[in-house]
Amino acid sequence: MSEDPIEVFLQPIQLDYDYTAGVSASRFLRAIEQGKLLGQRCPVDGRVYFPSRGSCPQHAVPFADDGAVELPDRGTIVTYSIVRVPSENIPLELPYITVQVLLDGADTVLMHVLDGDLDTVRMGLRVEAVWKPKEEWTTSLANILYFRPLDEPDADYDSYKEHI
Amino acid sequence: MSEPSLTAPHQLAYTYKRSLGPVLSRFFTALRDRKILGVKRKDGTVLVPAREYDPDTAESLDELVEVQDTGVVRSWSWVPKPRAQQPLDHPFAYALVQLDGADTTMLHVVDAGSEAQMATGMRVKARWAKETSGAITDFVFVPGE
Ligand SMILES: [Zn+2]
Repeated sequence: MSEDPIEVFLQPIQLDYDYTAGVSASRFLRAIEQGKLLGQRCPVDGRVYFPSRGSCPQHAVPFADDGAVELPDRGTIVTYSIVRVPSENIPLELPYITVQVLLDGADTVLMHVLDGDLDTVRMGLRVEAVWKPKEEWTTSLANILYFRPLDEPDADYDSYKEHI
Repeated sequence: MSEPSLTAPHQLAYTYKRSLGPVLSRFFTALRDRKILGVKRKDGTVLVPAREYDPDTAESLDELVEVQDTGVVRSWSWVPKPRAQQPLDHPFAYALVQLDGADTTMLHVVDAGSEAQMATGMRVKARWAKETSGAITDFVFVPGE
């Protein structure tokens, strides 16, 4: 038995929920099980929210079922962060890069990770999703493993500046 | 008519790692040796568990004293159906126990077997784990003496 003084106290906190996704997020999740990325278009100003949700947070109007928009799995990094501190529930090797990706055609950003070079990651970098093998797809955004850089010129700053 | 909503289990869990500081460090280290420490205030009364500051005057406290691992139940509440994260997997009582030598009560567990065994004013004693680790879970109280 150790003779060292006890200097640290571990206090685990755990809450177990049964999460119900609701109609709109369920539709989004069933689509991503098929490899499709669904956003929703606001009937007031036409902005596209991704992931799709039930109502517009800005105009407080319900999104119609026919407002669903399929988005491509490529987009632009609007901002990023290099993570050097481990989290128990994120099994990635340090350091890694988290990115906010604005999918082409969307007006909200998606948080994900980038498989890329710490020295070349930048705002405006064009990226595409790398998916798990199709037979492993489930109703989860984790079907996308990560994003990787595209061999394309950077996006024009004006094209994403309002989403930073 | 849309398909039914999806549901999934969602576990929100995070572990705090708290530095104990010099006073609480001694309290927890003593538990590993099966000893319970209180802290003496200027007026001579003893707070258990030990704490770093006088709750009335905010003075720093550091005179640790050992108290007995026996005491009296001052108040209690029976838990008929323990939940997964609770300290015992069978019914037990949460109780405020005033240890012999202490002037305050501490919240802990009484493994009494049944609610009928519980009473305010009853005597209890600590039952220590075979292997202690320096945690408040190194013991539970059982009816005693
Ligand atoms: Zn809107």
